[in-house]
Amino acid sequence: MAAVMRLVNRGSAMGQQYLAFSSAAKVRAACVRDGPALPEKVKIVEVGPRDGLQNEKTIVPAETKIHLIDLLSESGLTVIEATSFVSPKWVPQMADQVEVMKGICRKPGVSYPVLAPNLKGFQAAVKAGASEVAIFGAASELFSKKNINCSVDESLQRFDEVMRAAKEAGVPVRGYVSCVLGCPYEGKVAPEKVAHVAKRLYSMGCYEISLGDTIGVGTPGSMTQMLEAVSREVPVSALAVHCHDTYGQALANILVALQMGISVVDSSVAGLGGCPYAQGASGNVATEDVVYMLHGLGIQTGVDLSKLMTAGAFICRSLNRKTNSKVAQATCKL
Amino acid sequence: MGNVPTTVKHCLSYEQLIQDYPWLRRWLQEEKVGVVQPASDDSTITGHEYPEFVKIVEVGPRDGLQNEKEIVPTGVKIQLIDMLSRTGLPVIEATSFVSSKWVPQMADHTDVLRGIQRAPHVRYPVLTPNMQGFQDAVAAGATEVAVFGSASETFNKKNINCSIDESMVRFEEVINTAKEQQIPVRGYVSCALGCPYEGHIEPSKVAEVAKRLFEMGCCEISLGDTIGVGNPGSMFKMLQSVMKEVPTSALAVHCHDTYGQALPNILTALQMGVCVVDSAVAGLGGCPYAQGSSGNVSTEDVLYMLHGMGIETGVNLAEVIEAGDFICNALCRKTNSKVGQARGRTL
Repeated sequence: MAAVMRLVNRGSAMGQQYLAFSSAAKVRAACVRDGPALPEKVKIVEVGPRDGLQNEKTIVPAETKIHLIDLLSESGLTVIEATSFVSPKWVPQMADQVEVMKGICRKPGVSYPVLAPNLKGFQAAVKAGASEVAIFGAASELFSKKNINCSVDESLQRFDEVMRAAKEAGVPVRGYVSCVLGCPYEGKVAPEKVAHVAKRLYSMGCYEISLGDTIGVGTPGSMTQMLEAVSREVPVSALAVHCHDTYGQALANILVALQMGISVVDSSVAGLGGCPYAQGASGNVATEDVVYMLHGLGIQTGVDLSKLMTAGAFICRSLNRKTNSKVAQATCKL
Repeated sequence: MGNVPTTVKHCLSYEQLIQDYPWLRRWLQEEKVGVVQPASDDSTITGHEYPEFVKIVEVGPRDGLQNEKEIVPTGVKIQLIDMLSRTGLPVIEATSFVSSKWVPQMADHTDVLRGIQRAPHVRYPVLTPNMQGFQDAVAAGATEVAVFGSASETFNKKNINCSIDESMVRFEEVINTAKEQQIPVRGYVSCALGCPYEGHIEPSKVAEVAKRLFEMGCCEISLGDTIGVGNPGSMFKMLQSVMKEVPTSALAVHCHDTYGQALPNILTALQMGVCVVDSAVAGLGGCPYAQGSSGNVSTEDVLYMLHGMGIETGVNLAEVIEAGDFICNALCRKTNSKVGQARGRTL
């Protein structure tokens, strides 16, 4: 045991060994006994700069946000949600939306979608140079009412305007459905309701629907049920999962989603963004931990884990907080 | 996700949440959350079959506390085990009969074993690295023991100062004596998915060590991802190899969450038919190889997942959370369990 304890200080060096170790274990196994094979490639949608920072208490200066996005752009990520064109009255963290949008170095081959909750936000986004937007629906009536003060149907009508304007402008739109595995107000959410909202967004013209476990209560059981219902209405190739790790279930939920054919996963560098519904609890799943798992499964992401961790370390220093990523904790001194 | 108006901020307090939304307390207390209502088979999700029942082996009082820096008073250890005994957990690893020179935390092993209130239908295995430890354990009332092998030569040498072969000779003595006294023995294989010294460990090596322990007479083999580097891919490969040599029903997985991979690794093991999972209340026990990192997967998070999948464990999650709260308060530390954190009761 004494010999064991002497190793405590070798953490960082050993961590580097294990970064290599993870990608060296290129197992092509389907990791299932009789189920379908896993996707060969998974697209990671990095939501740290938007969803992550939006839920951080410290207001981050625009230059810091820009630098974060630039670091992420260098890590191999192909989609980085840059900011949100919502009213700064509601989301002060995103008040510098235009400055951020105009300040980032747009890497070729990387897309920088922004949130556009209504036509006004869409117009402001396009003016600031956005070439992709996202709209946000909910599978829970109560959540929709409390969050954006209208019913699910009313919110979809609002989005209609955005969709028409986006189509005219040739701007692709991603649709989010929140509360897909549970709602802080309603509790359980019927999978059919999730399917209904996902179908509407898809029929309206969203090219991809991201299904969000907003309060992280989902498990592989409820994830499977929900995806079964949704994939009857929307092609699996157009679906993404957006898992929160509030109850530690995110990676297990993502694994079953992959086994069901999902190949787009949302995550947030350093696991930025707490859960506003459970004080002190974590929120978004950490991109580093997702990438570690995917690479261990032999799934390609195009992401360089070390460069990703550099971006995570940067933003954590700026926020003066520890990373929520277990991979980063295990390999860095932070 | 989405906007978070200030009107929602009243939800930040757990107590307030429970007051406003009573279903949430039920949700946390229910044995099954988000129960799967599959179309066909009772235990099928995504074309996989899952065990209907999973046995949880609670290692918090031993493996967990062993890796905590603070020396915990005997009374606190006993109270922790007694609380865990009331949760429905079928197996609680109580202590370790190793030399207190090596593991000061376990110096009070005899007092702990004698002091706990043994619940009927609960087993209390203890670690016994050698004959001396075994004899002390039996004298203190142990009715089940465990021995610790490794799939890595270097780890074995650095940890217990002998080769794998030499350690097997030691264990054989313990196992044979245990057999005579009808005391079941559990075998652990550490470094099953990676070694802090050797790096990659061949699945065939894990299988070889597992087979040896099983053939010597261990009733169950717990395969440990000692440094938590495993992922669903390497877990699958390793189990495939081991399952050729040891019946799946005799296998358990002991996952560390150092890289956040424990739950997907456990899920993979379940998909392959493993139905025994080791975990530690509140995720006690850091990883000695990566300073500041987590170690054991937390029992609460495992239970949350299993119950959400409709898998029975016989364990009451709310009561485990309470035991976790107790030990974290005693250790003046936060829980490592995400379920525990989401509840917000601990420091």
